[in-house]
Amino acid sequence: MKSLDELKRIKDQTLKEMDLRQAKERGKIVVAMGTCGIAAGAKDTLMVIIDELSKADVHDVKVVQSGCMGLCDREPTVEVSMKNQPVVVYGDVDEANARRIVREHIQGGKVVTDLVIKRENI
Amino acid sequence: MIRNQLLVCAGGACITSGEKSVKDVLVEELKKNNIEDEVQLIETGCMGACDLGPIVVVYPEGTFYQKVNVKNAPLIVTEHLVKGRTVPDLLYSEPVGEKKAHTSAEIPFYARQVKRVLRNCGAIDPLSIDEYIARDGYFALAKALEMTQEEIIKLLIDSGLRGRGGAGFPTGLKWKAAREAVGSPKYVVCNGDEGDPGAFMDRSVLEGDPHSIIEAMTIAGYAIGAQKGYMYVRAEYPLAIERFDYALSKAREMGFLGDNILNSGFDFDIEIRIGAGAFVCGEETALLRSIEGKRGTPTVKPPFPAQSGLWGQPTLINNVETYANISQIIIKGAEWFRSVGSLKSPGTKVFALAGNVQNTGLVEVPMGTTLRELVFEIGGGIPGGKKFKAAQTGGPSGGVITADYLDMPIDFDTVKEIGTIMGSGGLIVLDETSCMVDVAKFYLGFTVDESCGKCTPCREGTRQMYQMLERICDGKGKDGDIQKLNRLAETIKDTSLCGLGQSAPNPVLSTIRFYKDEYEAHIGEKRCPAHVCKHLLVYSINAEKCVGCTACARQCPAQAIAGEVRKAHVIDQSKCIKCGSCYETCRFGAISKE
Repeated sequence: MKSLDELKRIKDQTLKEMDLRQAKERGKIVVAMGTCGIAAGAKDTLMVIIDELSKADVHDVKVVQSGCMGLCDREPTVEVSMKNQPVVVYGDVDEANARRIVREHIQGGKVVTDLVIKRENI
Repeated sequence: MIRNQLLVCAGGACITSGEKSVKDVLVEELKKNNIEDEVQLIETGCMGACDLGPIVVVYPEGTFYQKVNVKNAPLIVTEHLVKGRTVPDLLYSEPVGEKKAHTSAEIPFYARQVKRVLRNCGAIDPLSIDEYIARDGYFALAKALEMTQEEIIKLLIDSGLRGRGGAGFPTGLKWKAAREAVGSPKYVVCNGDEGDPGAFMDRSVLEGDPHSIIEAMTIAGYAIGAQKGYMYVRAEYPLAIERFDYALSKAREMGFLGDNILNSGFDFDIEIRIGAGAFVCGEETALLRSIEGKRGTPTVKPPFPAQSGLWGQPTLINNVETYANISQIIIKGAEWFRSVGSLKSPGTKVFALAGNVQNTGLVEVPMGTTLRELVFEIGGGIPGGKKFKAAQTGGPSGGVITADYLDMPIDFDTVKEIGTIMGSGGLIVLDETSCMVDVAKFYLGFTVDESCGKCTPCREGTRQMYQMLERICDGKGKDGDIQKLNRLAETIKDTSLCGLGQSAPNPVLSTIRFYKDEYEAHIGEKRCPAHVCKHLLVYSINAEKCVGCTACARQCPAQAIAGEVRKAHVIDQSKCIKCGSCYETCRFGAISKE
């Protein structure tokens, strides 16, 4: 360790690893992990979302799990609630759809309309 | 790919309440459920809420699980991590009401704290230097090495930081004196000989954030022109020693210690010295002798350590918590440091909250916080609906803050005015069932044991005072004892060699000042108002309530209770040894203690 740049590099790299512990203000993605969800592949969906966010360098959105939302035939279901935007619930979120949600909704700011099963009115 | 992080508190208290086996169970469950690659488990330093331990926090949600044990730990994995369902039984709920807190921010104990010294404790893995760096660790060192010595010292003086070991001497002036002292080599010492009963602030910092001390000591070395530092830590802190030692090796590996640190041309290294178990070694001159390998006894000041310390060389000595403030002052500046706290005592103070209070543990609050906020808001009040009586601060060198001063802002100067000291931050809450004469006797007994014996006032004086207190508690007090205690106390204060002796009478003087009536009751009426002093108690049986079950008579070791079956019993006071076993045994509340 000889320079400030080296120190900064370690900091940035480690911050990514500690990312889960930081406050995430911009929004929250909830993956339903009830028995129905897990059976339909919710775990893969969850991991893909985390992977996609990290690849896209998005660190201000929290990914959490929840129990069954009650829409068992449309599992895996994913709820996206971004700050100051209506809450959107997506159904049939397989791996490919999960990537779409991250790219289009989280990064692009546009709701993926063909996957929506419920949208909060405001 | 990691989707969740489990932070498991591995502070001393949580380890004692079973953290290691909880961790093993969690690791096993993660494997069983095939998610060990997705969930990372990290052991941290003390999270502060020691009576809620073992504590496990799940991120990214920040869900705060408390009182986790080997039986319910699997639920965190099978429910929360596998099925996404919070485990409500393990959440914190307030003593009154049904409301449950999901994150630490919702718990009053945490919500009112300002974490500066403890900012990394419980938030990072103390064994990971990378995580320390990620939280701006060693950036202060890098910055300091580009400043001049004068600039660093001026910054510290401007910040108004005062020594957190207890006396509150301005840290910047201490550094200035050490820098200006003539002589080479110079030394930097950290006092980690935390010995007050009930105090564990420094231990938690050393266990939870060891690099913050290494960084600050290195900055100190640069600022005063020293190349060698000593970390003096008491032998009773094996975990702190282990983690600090590990942190030293990592800091050396990365080049934050050793030769030519960060290409600046500055060389510095730190060695650990383990104390041998004497309280007096927390006194700086005794500590220095102990580092030199001599018997830990104090020497006369002046000369002060800054002029003539280790091996007669200029030496800077600060307490752990003081050092823990340094790096952030370097990075964020004097103004930032002054943004909390009181005018003459800026910054925060860490208190170890203990005794008769709902939430015990480690709390960090701005200087100038009132006792009421500490005890009733953060501490959650007194358990069992009892009344608050006083708080003891400063350990055996301090005194009490009474209920009349609940709203007084606590800082170095205000507590001094009412006859106690800030001390290192031990804060023992006493409720109405505490006898103040007994409390004074307890602390004085501690100093009698720990007096090194070098000077007569402390060695003999404290013992005489202790014997007088013993007599008073035994019901053998005489008129004039209070005056005698006062006179002897003043003499000891004036004539003892070191801080230990000079402050030893404080617990007695402080309790006489505020609870003279209790002393008088013990001496004049042979009565202990709090029903604590054994020899002043009278146990008697209420004939109307006694059903004659004979339980007490069978329990009495002195055969002092007589009576027939189904008839009221009587205690023979001449035989009673006041052991209290009848009082504990009676199921009818027929025995009273006066």
